[in-house]
Amino acid sequence: MRRNHKALHLISRLYMVAVLVFLYAPILVMMVLSFNEGKSRGNFTGFSLKWYGELFQNAEIMQALSNTLIIAVISSLVATVVGTFAAYGISQMNRRSQGLVMNISYLPVINPDIVTGVSLMLLFIFMRMNLGFATMLISHIVFNIPYVILSVMPRIKQMDRHLLEAAMDLGLPPLRAFLKVVLPDIMPGVISGMIMAFTLSIDDFVISFFTTSGVQNLSIYIYSSARRGIEPTVYAIMTLMFVTVVSLLLLINRKSLGRTVAKRTRI
Amino acid sequence: MRKLKLFALPYILWMVVFTVLPMFLIVYYAFTNAPGNSAPTLEHFFKAIDPMYMKILLRSIWIAFLCTALCLLLGYPVAFLLARARNGAVWSLFFILPMWMNFLLRTYAWMSILENTGILNSLFVAMGLGQMELLYNENAVILGMVYNFLPFMILPIYTNLQKQDVSLLEAAQDLGCNGWRVFTRVTLPLSMPGVVSGITMVFMPAVTTFAISRLLSGGKFMLFGDIIEQQYLSTGNWNVGSMLSLIMLAIILLSMGLMGRFGSDTKDGGGML
Amino acid sequence: MSNQDALIEIRDVCKLFTDDGDEKQAVDHISLTIRRHEFVTLLGPSGCGKTTTLRMIAGFETPTSGAIYIDGKDVSAVPPYKRKVNTVFQRYALFPHLNVADNIAFGLTVKKLPKDVIAQKVDAMLRMVGLQGYNKRKVTSLSGGEQQRVAIARALVNEPEVLLLDEPLGALDLKKRKEMQIELKNMQQKLGITFVYVTHDQEEALTMSDTVVVMRGGTIQQVGTPQDIYNEPRNRFVADFIGESNIIDGIMPEDERVVIGDVSLDCVDKGFAPNEPVDVVIRPEDIYIVTQSDKGQFKGTVESVVFKGVHYEMQVRDTAGFLWLIQDTSMFAEGMEVGLIVRPEDIHIMRKSDDPNAAVYREEEAL
Repeated sequence: MRRNHKALHLISRLYMVAVLVFLYAPILVMMVLSFNEGKSRGNFTGFSLKWYGELFQNAEIMQALSNTLIIAVISSLVATVVGTFAAYGISQMNRRSQGLVMNISYLPVINPDIVTGVSLMLLFIFMRMNLGFATMLISHIVFNIPYVILSVMPRIKQMDRHLLEAAMDLGLPPLRAFLKVVLPDIMPGVISGMIMAFTLSIDDFVISFFTTSGVQNLSIYIYSSARRGIEPTVYAIMTLMFVTVVSLLLLINRKSLGRTVAKRTRI
Repeated sequence: MRKLKLFALPYILWMVVFTVLPMFLIVYYAFTNAPGNSAPTLEHFFKAIDPMYMKILLRSIWIAFLCTALCLLLGYPVAFLLARARNGAVWSLFFILPMWMNFLLRTYAWMSILENTGILNSLFVAMGLGQMELLYNENAVILGMVYNFLPFMILPIYTNLQKQDVSLLEAAQDLGCNGWRVFTRVTLPLSMPGVVSGITMVFMPAVTTFAISRLLSGGKFMLFGDIIEQQYLSTGNWNVGSMLSLIMLAIILLSMGLMGRFGSDTKDGGGML
Repeated sequence: MSNQDALIEIRDVCKLFTDDGDEKQAVDHISLTIRRHEFVTLLGPSGCGKTTTLRMIAGFETPTSGAIYIDGKDVSAVPPYKRKVNTVFQRYALFPHLNVADNIAFGLTVKKLPKDVIAQKVDAMLRMVGLQGYNKRKVTSLSGGEQQRVAIARALVNEPEVLLLDEPLGALDLKKRKEMQIELKNMQQKLGITFVYVTHDQEEALTMSDTVVVMRGGTIQQVGTPQDIYNEPRNRFVADFIGESNIIDGIMPEDERVVIGDVSLDCVDKGFAPNEPVDVVIRPEDIYIVTQSDKGQFKGTVESVVFKGVHYEMQVRDTAGFLWLIQDTSMFAEGMEVGLIVRPEDIHIMRKSDDPNAAVYREEEAL
């Protein structure tokens, strides 16, 4: 019985390690190859930083990177402001309108990204907008707002609903009362919503792909470069991004992180 | 203070323009010859249920199904062991971390491992096994999907198992169940909501993806997402593309409804952390 | 203005809520005058419209029709942050991100008073509510009673003309509640400001108030001093809601005579139509039990006896089948045959037609 137990324990350990190897092997391989001197993906011919050098000189990648970051920052900020006010406003509606608005808000969440992407493309063409940076930015705001609302709403529901009234009772008009009293209370939800929006924006490929043309973000660049053939400069940017993400994650607390990750169902 | 609902007004206007109107346009394109002719027609529906497209649709569903089954098979034990481990919460982070990388980069990584001159084939050659065709086939696509979606399966099941009341397990033991029976009679049935949300979270993106399959199959075979993309970006038939999009949306809603009947907490993402 | 002393005047106010297509008349044509320095309690069961009335005075709800005057000015369109009233909320609504002193100072900082003045006023308030030295404490670390005091201080520091209190003691345990009742009453007398207090606890209302307003189904049932309300309830509902009562159907054959079943009793009420059906209300402590059952006006059997501390509470079933609730300092054993005696002045007669909700009420009772 005891030996049986020990064997079981060992097997489960081995199993966990095997799954972790499966998850991390590709990432480790990439990291190692990003320092490879040669262009070969089969064997390591010597340590070198030349792909990193090329990366920073590659104007196309740098442009894609800056597009990605600018769009992620602007879209997550706009989505956070609009979404937070929206969540509070929605919470004040009667049950029927609340249900209606929330169901429509869910649409970009449950809609397959490709459907969201093509529908927005149709809209922009219908509105005679040229596909480019602006349309990509708008699209990112579109899919980010619902995640902010979904993240803020539970905090609002938990909050004492008389807080805002108390602040107004003490002399603040509604908007200032909201900023001074409600906002600090729901801040954790707002911040985790913003982080979620930011990472979703960085990660998005499909919606960006359909709503822009000519302007690339990193995902679009990687997609087209993968179809052309593999370049070690991509390994370099991948390594940099992974290291950045891991260090950022270590900075924010574990709980909001888990929740954030769990909601990232969009691929 | 009913006036406070005005806080939502900017968003509601935004939502009407950027969420409702686009969906309306899709429906409009699917049932008319827009932009030229606005008379209602069903011809795009009949084009969309062309056997060729339906074969691709079935293949997409089949591949998504395989991928979901593999994720469940691989992921449930991981979730179970994590829930029982002393530092499960910390360890679970290691299973989530790869998700924080752009999925195209992860797919890119697999391409470099699987390609003919990649690291696996170099190993095979060195071991005298000879080169194998690993990339650009269905197996590569399924591998890539499982790799990308596995954490979506682990996480909800882990969360569910972790929340399970230990006294229920003790009660089952008290009533004479051995370890395996406790699992099949108590743990497993109780974890069904987690399993259901895991399945939903894997199946949905798997059935709709087009980038992963495009890269790992080298465009050799198509999934449903690919034909939608093709209708819009190469064939230029937006009407059929819109109809195919509606069919995809219908499949998603159908599978969500189906899943919703098995587990009540799918809608909110399934009792996540 | 009719009354020089009137501070708040509610004139024919209605409040209609519409939610999901359902209309709910929360407040139904009420008129009420609240005088300066008065402690007024709005008393009634949940859903009677008392909180809605309070929220309309505070400005959180606007009347559907009618008007509210404060200091002679129609405030119906004045938002809450411009009214000289302050509220103590049901679950206190303290700001969780601010400490005790910052919570209390909130209204003063909005008015941009100088810092040292604010600090002074906050300290004075903390002393008054017995929380000196609590300035830097987190509000979430306080007990229910302490949070209650902070909430009161936060409202009073603004020196409002009216303090509105929405079931402020509901979350406290019995002992704390009794203490706070006395403290609140003392504070009100010391500060001399008007308190409008909402509660469903009749004992609380009777202990603290100068005037009690009994409400039900959006209407006012009776306005009066606690003594009036208790001793002369205007209808069956008030009698039943305030304290415990025996309420029996009766007939008035003539003035100062009421017939219950086949028992005819002297009483002091008059002015009813001959043979008018009435509600007869008798308080449990106003019934005397005698051991010789023939000597009583009613004859009955003791069905249950419960010791309540200061008195025994007994249920006696009379020969007509009515179950009387009686409080007496001496005990009569279960199963004992007893007689019941009521003095004429303890019999309260009410017109059935005085109770506008009589039909509804019977329905509720039947449930």
